[in-house]
Amino acid sequence: MGRILMKGNEAIAVAAIRGGIDAFFGYPITPQNEIPEYLSKHLLANGKAFVQAESEVAAINMVYGAAGAGARVMTSSSSPGIALKQEGISYLCGAQLPAVIVSVMRGGPGLGGIQPSQADYYQATRGGGNGDYNLIVFGPETIQETVDIMKEAFAIADQYRNPVLVLVDGLIGQMMESIDLDRPVKERNLPPKDYATTGTRNHPGRHIINSLYLDPLELENHNKKLQQKYALVKAQETRYETVDLEDADYVIVAYGTMARIVRSAMETLKKLGIKVGMIRPITIWPYPEAAFDLIKADCKGILCTEMSAGQMLDDVLIANNGRHKVAFYGRMGGMVPDPEEIVAAIKNFSDWVVK
Amino acid sequence: MEVKYAKTKGLTDKPLTYCPGCTHGIVHKLVAEALDELGLLGEAVGIASVGCSVFSYEFFNCDMQQAPHGRACAEATGIKRVRPDLTVFTYQGDGDLASIGIAETIHAANRGENITVIFINNAIYGMTGGQMAPTTLIGQRTTTSQGGRTLAQHGNPIKISEIFAQIEGVAYLERVATFNPKQVLNAKKAIKKAFTYQKEKRGFTMIEVLSTCPVNWGMTPIDALEWVKTSMTPIYPLGLFKDKGDFHE
Repeated sequence: MGRILMKGNEAIAVAAIRGGIDAFFGYPITPQNEIPEYLSKHLLANGKAFVQAESEVAAINMVYGAAGAGARVMTSSSSPGIALKQEGISYLCGAQLPAVIVSVMRGGPGLGGIQPSQADYYQATRGGGNGDYNLIVFGPETIQETVDIMKEAFAIADQYRNPVLVLVDGLIGQMMESIDLDRPVKERNLPPKDYATTGTRNHPGRHIINSLYLDPLELENHNKKLQQKYALVKAQETRYETVDLEDADYVIVAYGTMARIVRSAMETLKKLGIKVGMIRPITIWPYPEAAFDLIKADCKGILCTEMSAGQMLDDVLIANNGRHKVAFYGRMGGMVPDPEEIVAAIKNFSDWVVK
Repeated sequence: MEVKYAKTKGLTDKPLTYCPGCTHGIVHKLVAEALDELGLLGEAVGIASVGCSVFSYEFFNCDMQQAPHGRACAEATGIKRVRPDLTVFTYQGDGDLASIGIAETIHAANRGENITVIFINNAIYGMTGGQMAPTTLIGQRTTTSQGGRTLAQHGNPIKISEIFAQIEGVAYLERVATFNPKQVLNAKKAIKKAFTYQKEKRGFTMIEVLSTCPVNWGMTPIDALEWVKTSMTPIYPLGLFKDKGDFHE
């Protein structure tokens, strides 16, 4: 088919169709509305399910029901809307149901604003739902990478029986880029959906979708199984990119939109004779801690940059484990930093070191 | 030897966990018998809600999903939209349906979701120990309305069937009770009709069942049945609220 120019949110919708989506349930919120708009037309026209729910809470529970019945299900929202879905997300994890959730971040807290932000890193990786659970979280940098991940996301969710969260910001959702929809997707050997509630006439025994275990020992054993699964996800699905890392005197850590800005800053820094490299987490849960082992011992410091007050910074500090000086530079509220700001932060590194 | 009466195939062998005199058990049996007699057990998916009936997934002998508090109709919507061939029902109490889940319920009804809702109204929160429900009667004492529910403090009991009768997407809606054998038989007839309508794709069906909670009402089982009849039915009159014969698809 070749390359076509597409808006990020619409590309997410098209990629979801390529990924085999059966049903979408969502509620309008800026800046992700093109996703449900596109899918409302194309899913119903192809005999698939689409419901504009009465709330984000209802939408995530429709996802639960349909996923429990064995379908490939998706919802999308933005920051305050994702906050409302947290209850359902916890239940999805507890009941081990696969689903794809797209979060197009905007500034917060509260109603916040509608400009791009990365202030929902905690929300995505630490969660707001109850209990010991993790989502498999991707933080793609380009629309192409978002499309590639979306095409694979349903299969990843099915493989681990766990929700996958694709975390982008309003910038990626709203901008247009040239993309190739036909890039190959990794083949996965998926387990049968032997949990799906499709009626006892269609399978032996009764299928029950449930997250309730009143016996504490039983609940602990259930949690142990979940933790074993998360360990497997860490071992098998952690993804990252490194750029010029090996001999870098300064290492910048950035994901999503911030990584695009860092690439521009790196060009300027190189012209100034500063050896700079980048670690770009592609999965932000599991976090690519191993990438930090590739930083040379006499590196002068690591700069974490985010469009937030410093949330991924926690993971950078954990991964660094006290080896190098760590600095942070961020903007908040929907302000997107210029590359020059990142250049200045490296040049004045000591001013930004985290105490 | 001829079998005159046997336990329905619609229930598992798991002993019910309900309190003595609670009519959840009767309603479970009616739903289970209805599904079995209509030949729907093998294609049925039930939604257990949060409340006393949270463990109903252990009792109904069909596929089940356990939903977060109040969200049963959203779960049912999700299932039915991807598997319209299945018979989908929710089993919810008054706290779950009429309080925290009223948005999910009213919008499922308004969309005309082709599902069946079994709504147990016992005018109290049973599972959590007898707190006031949206359906608690004026003057009724609960652990959070210890002087009795008052209009000024708590508002009137909410009348779900009266509200839902106005919604276009509702195909069939009846309020029934279980305080005597005649009412039990009538309740079963209504539940069977609701599942039949679902099978015929007529839209949203709901049966409100006035039920007892002897333990939290502080009554004997017999007195509790009498209280449904004498105190609840004047506020929640029994009968047919909606029967829309035309097909909905």
